[in-house]
Amino acid sequence: MASENLTPNEYIKHHLQNLTFGQHPDGSWGLAHTAQEAREMGFWAIHLDTMFWSIALGVLFLWLFRKAAKRATSGRPSGLLNFVEWVVEFIDNNVRGSFSAKNNLVAPLALTLFVWVLLMNTMDLVPVDWIPGLASLLGIEYMKVVPTTDPNATFGMAFGVFFLVIFYSLKVKGPIGFLSELTMQPFEAKNPLLKVLFIPVNFFLEGISLVSKPVSLSLRLFGNLFAGEMIFILIALLFGGGLVLGIMGGVLQWAWAVFHILIILLQAFIFMVLTVVYLDMAHQEH
Amino acid sequence: MTLETALLYVAGAVLLGLAGVGVGVGVGVLGARFLEGIARQPELLGMLRTQFFIIMGLVDAIPIIGVAISLYILFAVVGG
Repeated sequence: MASENLTPNEYIKHHLQNLTFGQHPDGSWGLAHTAQEAREMGFWAIHLDTMFWSIALGVLFLWLFRKAAKRATSGRPSGLLNFVEWVVEFIDNNVRGSFSAKNNLVAPLALTLFVWVLLMNTMDLVPVDWIPGLASLLGIEYMKVVPTTDPNATFGMAFGVFFLVIFYSLKVKGPIGFLSELTMQPFEAKNPLLKVLFIPVNFFLEGISLVSKPVSLSLRLFGNLFAGEMIFILIALLFGGGLVLGIMGGVLQWAWAVFHILIILLQAFIFMVLTVVYLDMAHQEH
Repeated sequence: MTLETALLYVAGAVLLGLAGVGVGVGVGVLGARFLEGIARQPELLGMLRTQFFIIMGLVDAIPIIGVAISLYILFAVVGG
């Protein structure tokens, strides 16, 4: 479709390029027109397409669930209301199953993360050329529609979770309790001298396990969706190869989309469950 | 084909192959234990399936990242 005069290599790279807004090396602000320019913008560049799609889907989620909540009755529910109730119940059961402390924030947070990540992942099922093709008609060069294939979005969410973990660790255990959890485990000793000797070792081990939480959380989501997107792009390349390859591409795209529904749901679910588990660990007192 | 391109192809193939081996062993062991668990206590099927999918997602994550990177190397970096 969009690959009339592009080599496969350029086509893939075009699809993996975000719409980047930032400061050019010469000091002016604006959009990047090539991948090279986007790279030169450095740290303070922002991916407009990721921001737009993630915020739009977040608003869609809030609007849909608010609409259902306002219409809630004690009578027989129908359609949308049924669906929303089912989702809320599903999240509620999961949070009750893996979160043992008392905190009113966790279940709404889990619901938000699950539905939001699910909606962002679902953008992957839209054929890869439709929205970028539409955007290029409107004069926008780059458009990456799946926010979760951008590590910036997944790291952003994971840092949010990490911040909450630190916050509740400090709140529930107190600074002393949190520090002693970081330094007095997993090696313990009665002897004061040995205790002091174990502090750096324990701090090293616990520090790694603390920092690896947000990193693995975000990279897992990003990696799965990036792989799915990559395979969709490779399948889309087949459409440029004549009738036989095109039909094969259509069949492959359908098959991969069906399999991908599992990954989409699973990754949203895992992101939600791990968030709840990490917050539960932050609430455990020793 | 220059040596550099050939090495990139080999790198992509090794990445893809090792990811396959790793996830094969991992999900194989997990699935076997899952089936053993259901055979022993069929009434726990629902709970075990949820846990199975969670762990499978965890096991699956690193190989799938490897697959994505290897496909990127094979098709975009080498320029097939």
